[in-house]
Amino acid sequence: MNGAKALLAALEKDRVEIVFGLPGGANLPIYDALVDSGLRHVLVRHEQSAAHMADGYARIKRKVGVCFATSGPGATNLITGIATAYADSSPVLAVTGQVALAMIGKDAFQETDIIGVANPCTKYAFQPRTAAEIPETIKKAIYISESGRPGPVLVDIPKDVQQTTEDIFFPELVKVRGYNPVLDADFSQIGRTVELLMNSERPIIMAGGGVILSGAFSELQALAELLLIPVVTTFKGKGAFPENHPLAMGPIGMHGHAEANKIIVEADCILAVGARFSDRSVGRFDEFGKGMNIIHMDIDPAEIGKNKLVDVAVVGDVKASLKTLVKMLSKQVISRDKHNPWLKRRKELIDYYSESIKDYTRDLTAKKALKKLREILPSEAITTTEVGQCQMWASLHFDVISPGTFFSSTGLGTMGFGFPASIGAKAARPTVPVVDIAGDGSFNMTENSLAVSVLDDLPVIVFLMNNYMLGMVAQWQRTFYNRRYMGVHQKSCPDYSKIAEAYGAQGIKAQSVDELDKAIRSALKSNVATVIDITIDPEEDVYPFVAPGTGLKDMITGA
Amino acid sequence: MTATTEAQSHDRLVPLYILSSLVENKPGVLFRITNLFRARNFNIESITVGSTEMPDLSRMTITTKSDERTVDQLVKQLRKLIDVVEVTVLDKEHTVYRELALIKMKAIDPPVRMEIINYASIFRANVLDIAKENILVEITGTPDKIDAFKNLVTHYGIIQMARTGVSALPRG
Repeated sequence: MNGAKALLAALEKDRVEIVFGLPGGANLPIYDALVDSGLRHVLVRHEQSAAHMADGYARIKRKVGVCFATSGPGATNLITGIATAYADSSPVLAVTGQVALAMIGKDAFQETDIIGVANPCTKYAFQPRTAAEIPETIKKAIYISESGRPGPVLVDIPKDVQQTTEDIFFPELVKVRGYNPVLDADFSQIGRTVELLMNSERPIIMAGGGVILSGAFSELQALAELLLIPVVTTFKGKGAFPENHPLAMGPIGMHGHAEANKIIVEADCILAVGARFSDRSVGRFDEFGKGMNIIHMDIDPAEIGKNKLVDVAVVGDVKASLKTLVKMLSKQVISRDKHNPWLKRRKELIDYYSESIKDYTRDLTAKKALKKLREILPSEAITTTEVGQCQMWASLHFDVISPGTFFSSTGLGTMGFGFPASIGAKAARPTVPVVDIAGDGSFNMTENSLAVSVLDDLPVIVFLMNNYMLGMVAQWQRTFYNRRYMGVHQKSCPDYSKIAEAYGAQGIKAQSVDELDKAIRSALKSNVATVIDITIDPEEDVYPFVAPGTGLKDMITGA
Repeated sequence: MTATTEAQSHDRLVPLYILSSLVENKPGVLFRITNLFRARNFNIESITVGSTEMPDLSRMTITTKSDERTVDQLVKQLRKLIDVVEVTVLDKEHTVYRELALIKMKAIDPPVRMEIINYASIFRANVLDIAKENILVEITGTPDKIDAFKNLVTHYGIIQMARTGVSALPRG
């Protein structure tokens, strides 16, 4: 068996069913082997999209998503997608072709030191030097990628290694001696957590992406309901807790819900679960959580104390930790009153901010559009977003009801992520509608994935809130640069419904709520991708807004 | 106080941490580790790598002048690297740590040459080479001791200096 066949067999043995990729000179042997393989190959139009598709697939399937690219530019094109997966802890396996072993270091055609390039944005990067090493390498790569705090891994295979025929052995188990993720619940620290939570009057749960990654939805809900603790999320954690739940407060952060930002600064005890205290979530590190007890549950020991010193650190899989915490708490006598002052305060804040955030009166605004989408879309539908105003509007105005059905490029903030990622998500769960909540600036970056969506029968809905503007940049220029606009106008180019049609997809323009209603219903019935081109006023800002370098309490409401 | 001496006195106040780690003995490991220092803004005083009693593992000794919280992060980030098998912060009280330095200084006049040779013997340093206009001394010890010797001979004119960085093992 040659190296290329060994690669594909190793992937199949590890339950991989689909790969997203693009061939080139240095991975031709792999593509030749694909002809006879059971793996489904989805041909992309740009490698960045292959990585995003693998990422979207991985986030919904909760197992590794695989992408292929050739050496040099093929491999470097993957990097944005790999860095996106790294920032959001998503298990992506990138397999790149490399020039032949003897040519490495000779500046050969399409040679890049992709191991060096990928190092800062992968959990690990391998370069097997013999065909016989490939199965073990792939098994290790998938193990590292999926376990602990997940993340991307790259395997770079020189072309001659793909071609060499050797005796191939597929190991059942692999061990990586320098890699031992902590998974079990830490009982002593959970004991201290119980104490702090029981003794606090104004506790809050801050749920992060770790809850989604570990699938700890029911444990989180059980904990919140047991102690009647309001739940805020980070943006990455959006949808870790049903946003229509009576204890839900929505995401905190730069464009978080006002009531969530307000309640978290009033709390006396924060339980952060699978969250990393990012600047976008908590504002200034020194100001956040001042005078409060902070409990931090995370699988990654390096997150403890990185941005924020905490009082109790519970290292381990958050699902296991939460389960243990709920078990310990249920042995205690809990007498929390449903009408306690803290829950009353929660209600007060929600009522207050429902009327004190700037609203726009036009017939069709981003907020109205998203409320309409929520109204029509079934709760099990998957939504993702592009990056910018569309993303923050989604955070504010689109409630995720079924846990784990929402994701976005929250860490790296990659424009162009949402559309290919939605195609990956559709491949992972073909039976539910998948919607990319998009803006024109981002969609423009990877719109050529329409070809993939149409040809590979992966129909998704692009909910394009179109202001022909790099809207978030324009908002900052309005707010901080005295309306001195530079480089933000897209000037009505291109016509997105025509773009959709050119690829054989459906394009619908919506300029009113009624038209939008019809468009969404039509898109849900369509068996090809639909781009709904929704006209949004370019002056519409996202509020509330926490300016960079300030604390969550310094919210700008626009009103 | 001049800027240099202010910096030096500040330097003395910041404690030196010695980290000892076992890492996979294979290509690319040193790159991954130094890249981590750069990417996360860790400031390193010295780093030494060499073979151990185990052929597949290398020992890497890292020294840094820093605060406890930064060192804690440094250790955690190092542990996160797949190629790093073990990291410990060595307690200086219970650690033997040494550095080697080669110092070539200007020495033309016979009295100066005698003075340098005397200093060298007080510091248990070895004179490795004497040429017409310079002397080359090898000194081994803690970084402080080497600093002290270096400060003592600076005014003769140091022509070249090479320090190895610290190697360390726990006592007992």
